[in-house]
Amino acid sequence: MLDADFFRRWMTATAASVDREAENLTALDSPIGDADHGSNLQRGFTAVTAALEKEQPQTPGAVLILAGRQLISTVGGASGPLYGTLLRRTGKALGDAAEVGAEQLAQALRTGVDAVMALGGAAPGDATMLDALVPAVEALGDGFAAAATAAREGAVATTPMQARKGRASYLGERSIGHQDPGATSSALLVEALVEASDE
Amino acid sequence: MKMLINVAETVVADALRGMAAAHPELVVDVENRVIVRRDAPVAGKVGLISGGGSGHEPLHGGFVGPGMLSAACPGEVFTSPVPDQMVRAAAAVDSGAGVLFIVKNYTGDVLNFDMAAELAEDEGVQVGKVLVNDDVAVTDSLYTAGRRGTGATLFVEKIAGAAADEGQPLERVEAVGRQVNENARSFGVALSAVTTPAKGSPTFDLPTGELELGIGIHGEPGRERRAMMTSGEIADFAVGAILDDMTPRNPVLVLVNGMGATPLLELYGFNAEVQRVLAEREVAVARTLVGNYVTSLDMAGASVTLCQVDEELLRLWDAPVSTPGLRWGM
Repeated sequence: MLDADFFRRWMTATAASVDREAENLTALDSPIGDADHGSNLQRGFTAVTAALEKEQPQTPGAVLILAGRQLISTVGGASGPLYGTLLRRTGKALGDAAEVGAEQLAQALRTGVDAVMALGGAAPGDATMLDALVPAVEALGDGFAAAATAAREGAVATTPMQARKGRASYLGERSIGHQDPGATSSALLVEALVEASDE
Repeated sequence: MKMLINVAETVVADALRGMAAAHPELVVDVENRVIVRRDAPVAGKVGLISGGGSGHEPLHGGFVGPGMLSAACPGEVFTSPVPDQMVRAAAAVDSGAGVLFIVKNYTGDVLNFDMAAELAEDEGVQVGKVLVNDDVAVTDSLYTAGRRGTGATLFVEKIAGAAADEGQPLERVEAVGRQVNENARSFGVALSAVTTPAKGSPTFDLPTGELELGIGIHGEPGRERRAMMTSGEIADFAVGAILDDMTPRNPVLVLVNGMGATPLLELYGFNAEVQRVLAEREVAVARTLVGNYVTSLDMAGASVTLCQVDEELLRLWDAPVSTPGLRWGM
């Protein structure tokens, strides 16, 4: 079973990994966007870890709702509302339970991903974060490692796609050949599940 | 890359502190990132709120003041502001007559302003919205996030601002804003890429001797790259792209806008070519504005915006305005 500590570790591991990869995310964002994906997420997840420490939420749902709210309030751009909604809606779906099973988390994440789809109006294949998140959620039944692999492969698979949403879409065919920064950061989020469960 | 900054992390806050010192007629909340005209809320007046990433100055903070915006919410560089900022701005400027959000069509701006509208309405503030999407370089909205909001934002903010100053109700001010947007089209070109403080090097590689056609305002490349053209050829291309999309029956307002690193000498020369093309295409010009208004940090280049106006819109355009970035008649 996964308790609030696990979800705190998940968020902290994501923050650490965003810190490590910030420059890489920004580099991916620079030929097709505006070169700030790394620094924006870094600001957001720094706020998330600070808030988790200060407010000490006691349930898995409360951890994710607090994290989502922090992202919405600090990131800006499209990433703030999209990642914020993903975590908030996943957290809300987990309810008040003190511990949740892997199956419950998978279901809740599916709710979160659906909310992201509804908010951004994107679908898999548009070269967005959904290209990492949707396969990850589908693979979650086989464990965190399988989900992480699916997310990473999904992120890499955005390279030959033409972006249809977000700022990269303005480049039309010129967006082809670039791995989507949002899908890449989504892979970091899913990979952090593995790290959180190892401890 | 050399920039007149301390560190990238404090660029926006530092600029806001400097703006506060230069403009005592504005209340600049550096911590919460909201710029409000000092006499807000003005009784009976609709509050006009806009915002977007920083790096486009004087948009939007430079357009706060009588005759234009009531408040502006600057985000990080090229990153939309967060909903908390708009909610704070709405609370500061709402006199009971409601507020109008003027939003440029970028995914981040749209999402954050939508969230803000919901929160402000929960607090009892009536919220209207105008989405600015004037960039003709973005054609097929099925495969994109839709047309970007660029130069027309200035026309919307000025004209809707004048309507609000007259005490027109929210529905009317919103309708005027939408009318301006529907009648406005823009096209931009870049002669150099942008260097953002966070990245410190140009966002894309644009060799000497080449230019990008169909750019927005965020340092992203445009739709195509060509060998460098003369000012006249660029005017033919840019105005041509706009007139392929719109056949003005009324006179137009013309904005020849610098992207940040192109001197006025070049912008005025470019404007001469824009006026030539308009004359050749028999488009009547009502008013022309030339300068750096909707910029993209240190990008060299320019955009052209045309907005066809009837007598009423022209009257509102001519109405007095007093802001750091635009001022006439008062």
